[in-house]
Amino acid sequence: MREDFGRALVSLGEEFEELVVLDPDVSTSTRTCYFAERFPKRFLNVGVSEQDMIGMAAGLAASGMLPIATGFAVFVAGRGWEQIRNTVARQRLNVKIAVTHSGLSDHGDGSSHQSVEDIAIMRSIPNMAVVVPADGASASAALRSSILYEGPVYLRLGREETPRIYEEGLELDLGAAEVLRDGSDATIIANGIMVSMALEAAALLAHEGLDVRVVDMHTVKPLDLDCVEKAARETGAIVTAEEHSVIGGLGGAVSEAISELRPTAMARIGIRDRFGESSRTYGELLEKLGLTSRAIAEAARSTVRRRI
Amino acid sequence: MSEVEANSGRITQILNRLSKRSGKPLSTLKLNAKILRSLNLIRYREGAGAELSELGRFILELLKEEQWREDWRAGLPSSRVPPRELAAKIKALRRRVLKMLEDAGSGHLASSLSSLTIIATLYLAKMRHDPRNPEWRLRDRFLLGKGHAAPALYAVLAECGYFPEEELSRLRCVGGLLQGHPEASIPGVDSASGSLGQCLSVANGMALAAKMRGEPYRVYVLLGDGELEEGQIWEAAMSGARHRLDNLTVIVDRNGHQLTGPTELVKPLEPLAEKWRAFGWEVLEVDGESPEEILRALTVGEEVKGRPTVILALTRRIEPSTKGERRGAA
Repeated sequence: MREDFGRALVSLGEEFEELVVLDPDVSTSTRTCYFAERFPKRFLNVGVSEQDMIGMAAGLAASGMLPIATGFAVFVAGRGWEQIRNTVARQRLNVKIAVTHSGLSDHGDGSSHQSVEDIAIMRSIPNMAVVVPADGASASAALRSSILYEGPVYLRLGREETPRIYEEGLELDLGAAEVLRDGSDATIIANGIMVSMALEAAALLAHEGLDVRVVDMHTVKPLDLDCVEKAARETGAIVTAEEHSVIGGLGGAVSEAISELRPTAMARIGIRDRFGESSRTYGELLEKLGLTSRAIAEAARSTVRRRI
Repeated sequence: MSEVEANSGRITQILNRLSKRSGKPLSTLKLNAKILRSLNLIRYREGAGAELSELGRFILELLKEEQWREDWRAGLPSSRVPPRELAAKIKALRRRVLKMLEDAGSGHLASSLSSLTIIATLYLAKMRHDPRNPEWRLRDRFLLGKGHAAPALYAVLAECGYFPEEELSRLRCVGGLLQGHPEASIPGVDSASGSLGQCLSVANGMALAAKMRGEPYRVYVLLGDGELEEGQIWEAAMSGARHRLDNLTVIVDRNGHQLTGPTELVKPLEPLAEKWRAFGWEVLEVDGESPEEILRALTVGEEVKGRPTVILALTRRIEPSTKGERRGAA
């Protein structure tokens, strides 16, 4: 996913001449190095200083530039949180925060480098939009939509390659969920890498005669309330799936909406209030923490049984 | 050309209006219009209307930009206060700040007063800015790192005419314009602040943008001395030197105190000048209660090339007399 991000930045750099990329000295990991090579004058390696980076991005945005602050999710969102809140979001500056290595995708580096709570802390800030694309093509599209969106955006990307879901060149509407598969027995609302697992789960369930809708809720904020309400009304059972804590992320957002709009049987697939850990492969860690298509399918079955 | 842009319509009507207004003969204007058309800057639509061509619009933008730069060189505001009159102005402003805090019932009095001379000197006698056009792209910027000195900033902004003076008595009122700490929604405020240690990074970004865009403005930041205990200040100090931001001046309000006691007891800052020098900055030291000394240092700072300037301004702390300030009124 970071590869697509790196390439997309370069082509957007051609298109938007005010675009500036800020990097806390991890450009070879986030793949902003391609942009640095092509546009050295519009690339700022700010050193290992996430807080300073966010402030600088704010100043650039306030003076007519279009800054994209990058880095690892856990450090930019975590260390930069108060700067994002007080300096960027409070005055609604047009700063885009595009991070890689989110969720468990930095599997080898262990829990210090994995971000299981970044969506929750970003989502709670007024004025912030939060976007979690599902694959490379939608990451590129989401980056472009974020740039066109007026105001701060947190764009959350993974480190690893993910199964392809979308065709290249798609247009992604921030705030408008994508229904990837229709169904009437239950709805799986997923984002990020969990979208492809949701599709697998739906295929599994189809064999059992369950007709399951799959929604790519790439924008966690502003949440597509119409889509959520419709899923509750038409299918009566909702499962959320995300590579993030079940507290405060997509599962949290959908639960909040559902409990007000239309109480519905629900289950949340995600990380159960714990930190990650090191693993040799990404898949092993996802498996250990219960982020699998089987887990989603099982949650869907039990939710259908509990339908109100 | 701008006349065509503003009132597209029959060319003869436009020229007649111009002729009346400027007193220039119609024939001269017609000749000019012909030239504009043959240069493909304006075109006549069917039905004899006139409008700017794409090229014309582009040229007009360039001309406007040039006008802006001329304004900048001329140095707004035109009503700068002469240095010898500053002291009296500042005295009046000090009284206003006292009244504001009394009205509001909370706020940071000593800190506002120690910053007042610096802020007033900048806005009234140094910076290029235009209260009628707070968003003027080429204006000099001012950021109040120590956002708790907001009353001093507000009093000065009102004095400049950014908003009516009556607003000052509504400081910290619910639904009011003037918030406890600076918000970007307040006319004349260039950056929100209130959380210590963040503004120097923002100022770096603004100064960098000026360099990238070839814009001539300067960026000024006022930091508290207690604020220098925030680590982000030193990240930003390194960035400012790294990017050789000679269009940036930091002023430190060195009143020697922070909320609960003297800075040198809480977390010693000295040797402060040496610290900044070691970080690659030009360091100047002045009496922060003297507008003349501040102005001189600001001018010296403008001449420094290849690195940013910090002015350590020794200011006076007025002993707190309100209960709120004694307790720490946040």
